[in-house]
Amino acid sequence: MYHLRATSATAGRILQQLLHDKRTIALMFLAPTVLMSLLAWVFSNNDRMFNSIAPALLGVFPFVIMFLITSITTLRERTGGTLERLMTMRISKADIIVGYALAFGIFGIVQSIITSSVAIYWLGMDVAGPQWFVIVVAIADTLLGVALGLLASAFARTEFQAVQFMPAFIFPQLIVCGLFVPLAQLPDALNTAAYWLPLTYAVDALNGVVANVDITGDMWRDIWVVCCFIIAALALASLTLRRRS
Amino acid sequence: MNAITAQKLIVQKDKTEILHGLDMTIQAGTITGLIGPSGSGKTTLMRAIVGVQKYNGDLQVLDTPAGKASLRTRIGYVTQSPAVYDDLTVLQNIRYFARVAGVPIREADAVITKVQLNGKEGQLVRSLSGGQRARVSLAVALLGNPDVLVLDEPTVGLDPILRNELWGQFAELAKLGKTLLVSSHVMDEAERCNELVLIRDGNLLWNDSRQKLLEHTKTSNVGDAFVATIGGAA
Repeated sequence: MYHLRATSATAGRILQQLLHDKRTIALMFLAPTVLMSLLAWVFSNNDRMFNSIAPALLGVFPFVIMFLITSITTLRERTGGTLERLMTMRISKADIIVGYALAFGIFGIVQSIITSSVAIYWLGMDVAGPQWFVIVVAIADTLLGVALGLLASAFARTEFQAVQFMPAFIFPQLIVCGLFVPLAQLPDALNTAAYWLPLTYAVDALNGVVANVDITGDMWRDIWVVCCFIIAALALASLTLRRRS
Repeated sequence: MNAITAQKLIVQKDKTEILHGLDMTIQAGTITGLIGPSGSGKTTLMRAIVGVQKYNGDLQVLDTPAGKASLRTRIGYVTQSPAVYDDLTVLQNIRYFARVAGVPIREADAVITKVQLNGKEGQLVRSLSGGQRARVSLAVALLGNPDVLVLDEPTVGLDPILRNELWGQFAELAKLGKTLLVSSHVMDEAERCNELVLIRDGNLLWNDSRQKLLEHTKTSNVGDAFVATIGGAA
């Protein structure tokens, strides 16, 4: 089974690359926590406001950060010649894509656990439902960021372009996902559009677990939708890798 | 026996024809110099041989059409700029590619000795000199002991001593029966190859031994012979 070997080798190699870059690791793990603390500080006189924004941000932070990191790392591999070298070797395109998703997924999981723990135990974010579900959603968001980042890297020629994809693809999702204005209050067209975007479901699931003691059917549906988006983006991303040009 | 055969090989990139119906044979167990000025189509031809470039016409490598999956374990490819990970150590690079290629770790560590990078195993590739980086890239191509090695300008920018050593290693590999195709735009390098493929603007100028080229053009070095073949073709 060379697929298994090639996939695990690729995931391991990406982890090694990240481990050599201590500053990126520090930023990855600390930045969301610091931002969350800042938010709590800003709303220190308004707990209700903090409680309405913080859960959604638990999904948004790993999503945005992983999107950026993944798209730039993958782009480097595409432009640096190492992808072409791999394409002359016995490794499938899916092995490479899954290797990436695994490696960044592991980092994302650690990041989600740190940020959620700080938000819940230290900053006092109220969660009515089970706390593990918060982590599950955050992990799904992480993988969503990884998957969309892998896909986006195919359409960027330079790292400048890759960074610009964040305002182009990510910010519209942020604006309509229900973070700023509840979905029900959006104009009809935007409301419809929001239900075609994955971040909407992630934020809905997080808001759900904060408000409900039990996990509702809607929350499971949210998770499934996010997973479908992840799989679709990974599949499309592997189609964008070309063995022969 | 021929290791590589091309018949009416045509390559187009973005609607521009790069190679215009090349006919070429490369014998097994030889070092063949692929010589031509930059922009002549050397890299394109090499990419077609290693299976990452689409082509029209016929291109056989080890009696298999180029691009077939079964060839991937039998060809080693060194790109012009070292295709290795800057942010990994030498050993991490070699071991990663070795695992992908399915080569045992002991063998992987042995290629480091082959390219004389002992003592540099733990160093980040980013911190190596250009020549050392090129050798890491070469070491990766040697993994799995491929029958055909395609080397794109492997000695550019290396100091003369190291260049000698590398050519010595190429000769050793050829003695073991490996086929090497080595490109260069520097005519001096051609003097080290017994077999030559000269190309210019995507057309073949010469595909035979160096000895015959010099006799045929009545010149004493490949540089002059190159000019003479262009004159003859014009």
